[in-house]
Amino acid sequence: MTELADRPTPDFPMKRTCPFDPPPGYQELRDQPTASRVTLPTGKQSWVLTKHTEVRSMLADTRFSSDRRLPGFPLLTETSKKFMEADPGLIGMDPPDHGPARRAVVGEFTVKRMQALQPRIQEIVDTFIDEMLAGPNPADLVEALALPVPSLVICELLGVPYADHEFFQSRSAKLLNTADGIEPREKAADELEAYLTDLIMAKEPSPSEEDLLGRQIIKQREEGTYDRKALVSLAFLLLLAGHETTANMISLGTIAFLRNPEQLAAVKADPGKTLPAVEELLRYFTIAELAGSRVATEDIEIGGVLIRAGEGVIGLAHAANRDPNAFADPDSLDIDRGARHHVAFGYGPHQCLGQNLARMELQIVFDTLFRRVPTLRVEAEFDELSFKDSTIIFGVRELPVAW
Amino acid sequence: MVKDMRINADRDVCVGAGQCVLTDDAIFDQDDAEGTVVVLSEHVDGEALEHARTAVDICPSGALSLSDD
Repeated sequence: MTELADRPTPDFPMKRTCPFDPPPGYQELRDQPTASRVTLPTGKQSWVLTKHTEVRSMLADTRFSSDRRLPGFPLLTETSKKFMEADPGLIGMDPPDHGPARRAVVGEFTVKRMQALQPRIQEIVDTFIDEMLAGPNPADLVEALALPVPSLVICELLGVPYADHEFFQSRSAKLLNTADGIEPREKAADELEAYLTDLIMAKEPSPSEEDLLGRQIIKQREEGTYDRKALVSLAFLLLLAGHETTANMISLGTIAFLRNPEQLAAVKADPGKTLPAVEELLRYFTIAELAGSRVATEDIEIGGVLIRAGEGVIGLAHAANRDPNAFADPDSLDIDRGARHHVAFGYGPHQCLGQNLARMELQIVFDTLFRRVPTLRVEAEFDELSFKDSTIIFGVRELPVAW
Repeated sequence: MVKDMRINADRDVCVGAGQCVLTDDAIFDQDDAEGTVVVLSEHVDGEALEHARTAVDICPSGALSLSDD
């Protein structure tokens, strides 16, 4: 045990050495008696929390602000003035604005609404699997299934033409890639914003009840609150989040199932196990933990330290999801774990808006893929796979599979 | 007799994550317009009480609580 003041402030973000496990430094941080400080790529410092109870407490406490424009917010890159002045949208809002803004759209993502999408998602999954099976063997599962399924689903839900998918899939990937600095990210963001602004303007003369963006225009006009910029910001968030998250979980989950054939066999024998297995895969991979970044708006004691107003703090969801005090044998993948208190979707008022869509998509993909392609195998050595270790969402770039 | 407990839901705090509905859709539902929690079964005991405890624990917003009354 080292006194806080004498402790090193390791560089953050840390990289995974094994793609299936958190960076080894997380355990060292979690083993410390109190919260630690890390050094960000900007040279600034931030607090990090790693214990499950502390990460949950912090993310539930709205005195920790989500507004990235506030000084002290633990940004990973230097950003332009333009970025800092842009409306951060739902993910950057605090009370009292956040609750009403979220409730204006979360009704689109209820458990029942997502269950109603089940037949259409099944159809989409079957179509892409048909196409994969009719094409060359081996194939890249990312391109054949993992990316197109969530992409088409979110396009249909929002009312974005899927014909433009190459445009927004490539922009989404660029926007989340931190390896090349801020310029390509800002350019991708500008292009996506311009695209969505045009799309929404084209919907305005006769918005349709058949898609989310049309329904939002109609509803907001009725309430006299229609705000095009806010709707562009919402569309941007949903399109982006609807792509890279589920897509990466499909690829990573497929690898995990194929490397754990006894657990795959259990799921195939009992479809009732698929949803619990999805929940465990979410915990195990925790692909989107930077969403737990906040800045203190007052002095707050947490994790055995006093975090001062204006200091940044990151709740490390992957560390929390491997906390032995919250999950027995945390580094094992165990589809029978039944642990739903993981924080892979975050925690607190910003917990993932699309989580029930993600669950539905993952459940249908895994059930269908392994039923229809029982001989599926990864056509590469595990250590040859190229993992996304410098992106905001963890994943695999390509997944060669054969059957 | 086993005492039941009452589920309290604060819809001004609820963010519509739907974790409670996933836990037990006989006890919890979501409002169609706002996605916020609707309690279908206010007093629970036995297995339903266990489900309600899970829902309280995993609710991200702190909108749910249990009381003795």
